[in-house]
Amino acid sequence: MKKTAKRQNWTDLFLKTNTLSYKIKQYLMFAGPGTALFLCVVIVPFIYGLYLTFTSWDGVSKTKPFVGFENFSAAFSDSAYWSAMLRTVIYSVFAVVLINVVAFALAYLVTLGIKGQNFFRSGFFVPNLIGGIVLGYVWKFVFNRAFVAIFNSTSLLSTPKGAMFCLILASVWQYAGYMMLIYVAGFMSVSKDVKEAAFIDGCTSGQAMMHVTIPLMRSSFVQCIFLSITRCFVVYDVNLSLTKGEPFGSSVLAAMHVYNQAFTYKNYGLGQAEALILFIVCAVVGVTQVMIGKKGEVEA
Amino acid sequence: MTDNAKAARKKKIAHAVMWIVLLALFLCFIFPFLMVIINVFKDKVDIIRDPLSVIGATKGFILTNFPKAMQKMNFWTAFTNSLIITVCSTILTIVVSSMAAFVIVRNGNWKFCTIIFSLMIASMVIPFQVLMVPLVSVYGGTLGVLNHRLTLILMHTGFSVSMAMFMFHGAIKTNIPLELEEAATIDGCNRWQTYWKIVFPLLKPTVATVAIINAMAYWNDYLLPSLVLTKKELYTIPIATQAFYGTYSTDIGLVMAALLLAMLPILILYVFLQRYIVEGVTSGAVKG
Repeated sequence: MKKTAKRQNWTDLFLKTNTLSYKIKQYLMFAGPGTALFLCVVIVPFIYGLYLTFTSWDGVSKTKPFVGFENFSAAFSDSAYWSAMLRTVIYSVFAVVLINVVAFALAYLVTLGIKGQNFFRSGFFVPNLIGGIVLGYVWKFVFNRAFVAIFNSTSLLSTPKGAMFCLILASVWQYAGYMMLIYVAGFMSVSKDVKEAAFIDGCTSGQAMMHVTIPLMRSSFVQCIFLSITRCFVVYDVNLSLTKGEPFGSSVLAAMHVYNQAFTYKNYGLGQAEALILFIVCAVVGVTQVMIGKKGEVEA
Repeated sequence: MTDNAKAARKKKIAHAVMWIVLLALFLCFIFPFLMVIINVFKDKVDIIRDPLSVIGATKGFILTNFPKAMQKMNFWTAFTNSLIITVCSTILTIVVSSMAAFVIVRNGNWKFCTIIFSLMIASMVIPFQVLMVPLVSVYGGTLGVLNHRLTLILMHTGFSVSMAMFMFHGAIKTNIPLELEEAATIDGCNRWQTYWKIVFPLLKPTVATVAIINAMAYWNDYLLPSLVLTKKELYTIPIATQAFYGTYSTDIGLVMAALLLAMLPILILYVFLQRYIVEGVTSGAVKG
């Protein structure tokens, strides 16, 4: 470390690279465009969005009347928003658990050394290649036509509970293959020696899995659960194409409610306030999960 | 039979059972695709009568769904738009964020760089929903630059800079020795040449990962493009599919063809680049 620092000083000395103006020039030349785009697209809208939550702007008029915390109190008393939020939580709980269980099982099966496991691995990933809009319509057809024909029943999408079930199923189908890849990487990172040692000590393969492999894969779990929570909380496109919030608005998830609030009902300030609350809830859940998960991490 | 042979046999049987389980799961996974594929060659009457039959009962095997759907969803326009937007955004993201990562890593002890770096990392948790309203009101209302492909390309890039920069940051920090750059400087390269001739070529694996992850995200993105591009001739494939479904949802044969068309480009690409895509997504997910 020390050596590199000293060497850098030598180049600094000869090329005059340690002056502030040189550094700024370098920064602008290399990182200027990236920083500018990042600031324009993420930071400026974020700050402007905070300002919007204190106005009752309708998206059209030139004036943005300042209303203080009215939007937040309106958001807290918006029962449609909170029922959408509750649905999102229920949906996320089921989807996250199922996604991870299925993904872990798939990862286990495709790392056993079975013939053709690479083929299966790529096969399970295929749903992830397709965007939420298209796969929502594909599943809509499957639920409305194919399953109706197979089970000889009415479509699941026509009942509120059924619609939620469909959303969960489609999400599990979409994300399981992706999470599987992360779990596969986790399985690969657990060295054979450790498992062999466990077997020599008399573990059955189930015990070795429970007490050796899974604890060592903890970081994979933390990561997969974090990714699936943050994705499920803000899911929009599958919701739009698969159920469109139907029947009777009983499957509107929080992200869709926010979209409608802002762009359909033109309550930009209120919609923005609700989006902000959604973000805070999502961030708190995600960060708590990571903190709890990281606490018990072990190394071999 | 020795113990070893017994164990081997037991293992073989277990593997055979697992193989069947895997196959069953695999069939479940591709079932929706199979449904689309068998119905795309049937007339809508046949689909409604029996969505499970392979060949339609009344009209038989037909191909006419494709040209009709293609024409009605403006497939080639949407495809070209998607392609232009995906390719340009991906290249721009790689160029812009790898350069930013380079300067940020090499000025690691400069406070300003640390602040920008932490700001970018922190911003990765912000979901798009929080930014969409102000984004539309600033760029749509105040500046009026919506409905341009370039706007979408720049926005895509802006949203992925932080994540891509983070990945390049890690790669440069661990894989590119400072000595290499010093050697280039001694040989007469300026910073710009050093970067493009020495550093960038060494970043190829990370470039591939970033390219794959972002290209897939751009190709499939719906919400941002639908807010930015509202003119029909600028639609990307997801928006075109959505618009098509809204108008022709009853003509189910055409819908099937449109869905298959929307999926086909990326599926074809996947057949050829499968190994790279799986590797890229894995390393991207594990690092990110």
